Amino acid sequence: MDETALQRDFDATIDADDRIEPRDWMPDAYRQTLIRQIAQHAHSEIIGMQPEGNWITRAPSLKRKAILMAKVQDEAGHGLYLYSAAETLGVSRDELLDKLHTGRQRYSSIFNYPTITWADMGAIGWLVDGAAIMNQVPLCRCSYGPYARAMIRICKEESFHQRQGFELLLTLSNGTAEQKAMAQDAVNRWWWPSLMMFGPPDSESTHSEQSMRWGIKRFSNDELRQRFVDASVPQAEILGLTLPDPQLRFNSETGHYEYGDIDWSEFKRILAGDGPCNAQRMAHRVKAHTDGAWVREAAAAYADKRAAREEGAA
Amino acid sequence: MIPLATYALRLGDDALVLTQRLSEWSSRAPELEEDVALTNIGLDLLGQARVLLSYAGELEGEGRTEDDLAYLRDEREFTNVQLVEQPNGDFGVTIARQLLFSVYQLLVYGDLRASSDPTLAAVAGKAVKEVAYHVDHAEQWTRRLGDGTEESHDRMQAGIDAMWPFVAELFESDDLVAELAAAGVAVDPASVQAEWDRRVDAVLADATLTRPTPTWRARGGRSGVHSEHMGFLLAEMQHLHRSHPGATW
Amino acid sequence: MSSEWPLWEVFVRSRRGLSHVHSGSLHAPDAELALRNARDLYTRRQEGVSIWVVRADDITASSPDEKDPFFETASDKPYRHPTFYELPDELAHM
Repeated sequence: MDETALQRDFDATIDADDRIEPRDWMPDAYRQTLIRQIAQHAHSEIIGMQPEGNWITRAPSLKRKAILMAKVQDEAGHGLYLYSAAETLGVSRDELLDKLHTGRQRYSSIFNYPTITWADMGAIGWLVDGAAIMNQVPLCRCSYGPYARAMIRICKEESFHQRQGFELLLTLSNGTAEQKAMAQDAVNRWWWPSLMMFGPPDSESTHSEQSMRWGIKRFSNDELRQRFVDASVPQAEILGLTLPDPQLRFNSETGHYEYGDIDWSEFKRILAGDGPCNAQRMAHRVKAHTDGAWVREAAAAYADKRAAREEGAA
Repeated sequence: MIPLATYALRLGDDALVLTQRLSEWSSRAPELEEDVALTNIGLDLLGQARVLLSYAGELEGEGRTEDDLAYLRDEREFTNVQLVEQPNGDFGVTIARQLLFSVYQLLVYGDLRASSDPTLAAVAGKAVKEVAYHVDHAEQWTRRLGDGTEESHDRMQAGIDAMWPFVAELFESDDLVAELAAAGVAVDPASVQAEWDRRVDAVLADATLTRPTPTWRARGGRSGVHSEHMGFLLAEMQHLHRSHPGATW
Repeated sequence: MSSEWPLWEVFVRSRRGLSHVHSGSLHAPDAELALRNARDLYTRRQEGVSIWVVRADDITASSPDEKDPFFETASDKPYRHPTFYELPDELAHM
């Protein structure tokens, strides 16, 4: 078939809200957009293990330790599901990791903030995972089959992440004065970065329109951000905590909460590498990979040796 | 504490301290799949520790919970063997520690299923399945590292060499265990040593590794005498909990 | 030296009586570890009672280019389906 006919088939599949599968013909730009997006998503999962992993050894109860270990482990698992989805597009995990390690592919900037108190485990679960879920649920209907299937599995598993974070904060908020102050401080620090997780405002978003057309994206950055704010305000009230935005108010005409201006200069600065933990996260990740090289080589060598032995015996 | 509580605490402390070490691997494993595997083992051990510590507190009868026992005891009150508190080192050291300890734990729990104490028997019945997987994991990796590349062979042998001085302590008995074992409640660790030797020697041979002959041996963990690493491990584990006396988490 | 472990496809039987279903993929140096990695990754929440792993390279798949000759040709044979046949209403169950 010539390219025009292939393109027509592809467009028809998208228009019918059907799924594109790995061996189907697809425009190169679609493939590259998916690789970039899925890889960034996968990288975010595995870099995201670090800020929370930071508190596993110090978790203040054995129950919380178990929860946090399971949650950080899920993030490794989610990274794996997503790398697998990316691999169906013809790239290897090694290539993607190499791009992460050499700064040619990004991960979510949110993980460049430090987790400095235990309450950050709650704020991350409630706000950061909450924002992530808001972004991810529509991806369960993404036009690319393997990505959509990975997202379904991830969303199913992720629902406990936000709930445990909320419960953790609620316990702190109902606890001692020091615990409540710790919870409020964490919410103060994580609220604005969480709003930035939805990406630049629609007026400045470069990839959005094409991604919408391809059924990779279903809602605009600002739409999802608004949904997140609307959901979070009543939750903060239940927690007995204040969101750090004096301009936050309900507009009874629109039925939505209005919020203050987001400091996009901070977003851009951190995206460009000037965040408190960018260098640390990357060094940690690269060290794990480098330190593990001899183990990966050993297992590969052992498999080769054994295959050779079996061949010799046959 | 009554002897049975102390015995439950010993088993629980072994599991708790090893979990603490294994959890340090999170986001640092040689491959993502292995990160997931190590956490699964850590979570199994943490589950065992929680049940055993709770049981010890219950038997003691002074209202101490699993958290009171984990977070509010000092170093000299911890009764784990020194093997489990040893730092992770490289992956070879960690796998060596896993192999030596998991085989021991498998054999002890295996026999403990017949304990006349129904709670211990039930804990052992569940744990023995978990630990069978931990042993398999450690054996698989010992073979791959031992018989992989020259570098991995050397590192795995170095890991075994470094951990071996902590083996003798595993099989040490004292009056408390001897009496409980005689009553059919506990397992005398000395009784599983021959089987441990057989099983570990077989893996070492398979992995082209040599059984070391150490020049010294650790002693004292069961009576609260630990290596210098233990204080740091507990400082990290306990500091937040202790900074907020009486708080709920 | 690149030592990227090969890719394996994972199939999980969620409970007895059901067939194995594709869950996803992973990397492992050999079949034994692939099986264990699959257990650790895809059955953390009791999702399975049995696992198959297959080297991704060993799978022979039909090509989307052949989808018409492969699958379209079945569409004009409605007589293979029970609803094709009109039977009297008095016939309660068949």
